[in-house]
Amino acid sequence: MYAFDFTRPRTIDEAAKALGAEDAQALGGGQTLIPALKQRLAMPSTLVSLSAIPEMQGVCRADDGSVCVGGATPHAVVAAQAAGDFPALADLALNIGDPAVRNRGTIGGSLANNDPSSCYPAAVLGTGATVVTNTRKIAADEFFDGMFTTALEEGEIIVEVRFPVPRRAAYAKFEQPASRFALVGAFVAQYDDGVRVAVTGASEDGVFRWAEAEKALGAEFSADALDGMAPSAEGMIGDLHGSPEYRAHLVGVMTRRAVAAAG
Amino acid sequence: MPKDATIGAGDKRREDVRFLTGTGNYTDDINLNGQAYVHFLRSDVAHGRLNRVDTSAAETMPGVLRVFTGADFAEVGGLPCGWQVTDRHGQPMQEPAHPVLAQAKVRHVGDPIAAVVAETREQARDAAEVIELDIEELPAVVDMKAALDGDAPKVHDELENNLCYDWGFVEDNKAAVDAAFEAAAHVTTLELVNNRLVANAMEPRVAVGDFNRATGDSTLYTTSQNPHVIRLLMGAFVLGIPEHKLRVVSPDVGGGFGSKIFHYAEEAFCTYAAKALNRPVKWTATRGEAFVSDAQGRDHVTTIELALDADNNFTAIRTETYANMGAYLSTFAPSVPTWLHGTLMAGNYRTPNIYVNVKAVFTNTVPVDAYRGAGRPEATFQLERVIDKAARELGVDPIALRRQNFVTEFPYETPVAVAYDTGDYNATMDKLEEIGDLGGFEARRAESEKKGMLRGLGVNCYIEACGIAPSNLVGQLGARAGLYESATVRVNATGGITVMTGSHSHGQGHETSFAQVVADMIGIDASMVEIEHGDTANAPMGMGTYGSRSIAVGGSAMVRATEKVIAKARKIAAHLMEASEGDIELKDGQFTVAGTDKSVAWGDVTLAAYVPHNYPLEEIEPGLEETAFYDPANFTYPSGAYACEVEVDPETGKVTIERFAAADDFGNIINPMIVDGQVHGGIGQGIGQALLENCAYDENGQLLSGSYMDYAMPRADDVPFYAVDHSCQTPCTHNPLGVKGCGEAGAIGSPPTIVNAVVDALQRGGHDVKHIDMPLTPSRVWAAMQG
Repeated sequence: MYAFDFTRPRTIDEAAKALGAEDAQALGGGQTLIPALKQRLAMPSTLVSLSAIPEMQGVCRADDGSVCVGGATPHAVVAAQAAGDFPALADLALNIGDPAVRNRGTIGGSLANNDPSSCYPAAVLGTGATVVTNTRKIAADEFFDGMFTTALEEGEIIVEVRFPVPRRAAYAKFEQPASRFALVGAFVAQYDDGVRVAVTGASEDGVFRWAEAEKALGAEFSADALDGMAPSAEGMIGDLHGSPEYRAHLVGVMTRRAVAAAG
Repeated sequence: MPKDATIGAGDKRREDVRFLTGTGNYTDDINLNGQAYVHFLRSDVAHGRLNRVDTSAAETMPGVLRVFTGADFAEVGGLPCGWQVTDRHGQPMQEPAHPVLAQAKVRHVGDPIAAVVAETREQARDAAEVIELDIEELPAVVDMKAALDGDAPKVHDELENNLCYDWGFVEDNKAAVDAAFEAAAHVTTLELVNNRLVANAMEPRVAVGDFNRATGDSTLYTTSQNPHVIRLLMGAFVLGIPEHKLRVVSPDVGGGFGSKIFHYAEEAFCTYAAKALNRPVKWTATRGEAFVSDAQGRDHVTTIELALDADNNFTAIRTETYANMGAYLSTFAPSVPTWLHGTLMAGNYRTPNIYVNVKAVFTNTVPVDAYRGAGRPEATFQLERVIDKAARELGVDPIALRRQNFVTEFPYETPVAVAYDTGDYNATMDKLEEIGDLGGFEARRAESEKKGMLRGLGVNCYIEACGIAPSNLVGQLGARAGLYESATVRVNATGGITVMTGSHSHGQGHETSFAQVVADMIGIDASMVEIEHGDTANAPMGMGTYGSRSIAVGGSAMVRATEKVIAKARKIAAHLMEASEGDIELKDGQFTVAGTDKSVAWGDVTLAAYVPHNYPLEEIEPGLEETAFYDPANFTYPSGAYACEVEVDPETGKVTIERFAAADDFGNIINPMIVDGQVHGGIGQGIGQALLENCAYDENGQLLSGSYMDYAMPRADDVPFYAVDHSCQTPCTHNPLGVKGCGEAGAIGSPPTIVNAVVDALQRGGHDVKHIDMPLTPSRVWAAMQG
């Protein structure tokens, strides 16, 4: 890696200030950034670690009932602390990567990176969560903006993610055999006012809501309601691990499995 | 159960203590005073003309000692190829130059162009970034058949075309084979791909070159499976250093699987640069470099035809294979698709007529060479797949069809040059049916069906030729080396023994199993025997470890040397006990005189050898140290039968391996626990090849699976618990231990088992799928089900 300065602020304000420096970059758990640095694919002047800010850590329940996850909370902590209040989210976190990844990687890092195959975007979009930053609140539907792109401004920090807890929900992931990222992952959540379905891994535009399935499940929340359904293969990712047709097919399969798992 | 420290006991691996506690001594652990570091600038295009390499800016970067380019190696020999294949027409293969650093052209992504030596790794890398390259990119040749088109770009301008050789085996039998096909009652044809693999040893390659100005001696520390071979190839052919001025050390090596047999450019570079700079020079590959610089494996495209008579007897086999050599000839590359592949096409079966055609092709990809099994997995895969297909076409039981055609009388002379000394293929198949509970398959299938899963059973046999090999034979076949093995057994004064073997252990557990053999022969505790390997300064000239040859050839050399030691010790014992040598018996470390109560201990005899106060000096020399070289009379022929049950998820195409059983005949067994481990590891790699691993290039020669994000290695949850048995033992008839070797069997036998099982599952599920090319990824299986 190239040489860089390193700072580990204790407050969000200090972090925001540090990120104001030219070519400064936020460091969450480093699960994507550190390998990129090692390959000399990034050359930040300063890495601003977000891991020492107490208010960005942990899972809590807000007054309105939503589950709030601090932006720098590692996956393993979400898996443990959200298990009671939002088991579908805990289960998703528990199945990201391997123990080393789960102990380092953070929800804020995952969302800010918006890898088209990562799991958290499906949960955030599938619940209509709110991404709280140091400057504003961003609705999930406004947050994701295509592969590796989000609504975040330069230097903006994900402080917290607020998940409205669904009546029932589940995430079903089909793993890419090598990376074990989601080849296709579907998050299904049922609320009093409707059903949300978000799909990761499949589309060239990154995570997306599958409106047709939401409508069908809104009418009848059962796997059978999606029988034979799959989105169009157009715009799906085609690579070594699967054609667009295969991914489109898997979206149907994984969504049905998520519905079945949601019970 | 044999007692500990004897042949047949499952002693725990003594070397694992240091491996598991972080106290091993790997090449990267070696750091020499004043060491500098090299970073290689590698081509990022697959094919290009190197118009200019401007290193002037790099040379002024901080810490840089020197920047080397191809021009520095213009007068230095290229990397040699150790095997010359003669083609169908009696002509030698086309053999291009293989420069240490690229000259005039780059020929694959990863081809080294320049090397920066600096005080630190980071400085070397920084400087490499400012080297200015002018590369005129040329169209890349990736597909083998396209590479043979008349107007295809040439990988090597100086060659006639991209065809390394067109090999026919046995050429004189071709007419008879064609006639047998004319007369056949049934012919089954199968086209298949044996997928290219990246070896992915856990330890990436490392080289440290050192030069002693006082003595003029060079030393290379390297991650090699055969340090003596590297010393010979690099010293004699590349750098011009005679063996007595060059030492090669391969300390603990973290896995090789073939990829660390070969002599690589980085080894020659570090040795050369250490002398040029009078500084030790170290290189440690990154994982990314390993993907584009370690020789890769397999990559065959084959059409196989099997002819049967009206009674389903095999009458002929005919194959046509395109074998990818990559951009250059790696050390033993030409031998893999020929002599290690064509000679195995008879398999376990009596097929009177066999003809094998192999076209070896240059492409703009990383060189391909031996990888665990080397040629034999490719032979086994196509043969066992085509037999399975034939059984399905004929509506006969695949096991019965195999049994009907088994070789049952030994020795058996195949029509493809090799002669099997022993074997009992029905016995291993019987054992397989037992340990695999094949009779219970239908019940398990019904259970899977209830869960909505398609269950299939795959069964096949394999045979391999290992213990490579009789030197006079391989010499006739084109090898430019002998393939004996060596050992020195040095008995110390107080009775402990140091064995220096020319074999090399990089995961095989030689330090344990070899010690068991010597301890057993003398009747002493194995803790009294130490096995040393990997240093040309100590061990006699040896050929190293690959091809499952260590116990069969290296072990035999050690037995011969130990026999010489015992013979001399017997003379000393006879003298000490004033008895006739013919009456001396050795048991449990005690020499006794038959019919008396006289005895002397092993330690008394060894002490006498080195403190020869009471010693037959007029008859024998003091000391107790013997060396033996062993050249095998034949290959050894391990064989076995494997069974696999898979479940296929009909919705996703995902395959899971539910059961795997392996019944192997390895002849006599030294350490059954180590043999179990070797079979487990081999099957694990076979599962990797069959389901997961895919070294794929795009049409521009860019590696699509150049990291673990896209190259899928098998992990613990990809493999089942194995049922492994090696109680069927037909000892090898021509080596002193009766051993055959076990290192590659699992990787050879298992890929067809898995593919057979998946095809069976799909067929039972109503999908008329005849074949799927490896790896059987979920997307490929799903696509096959769509028809």
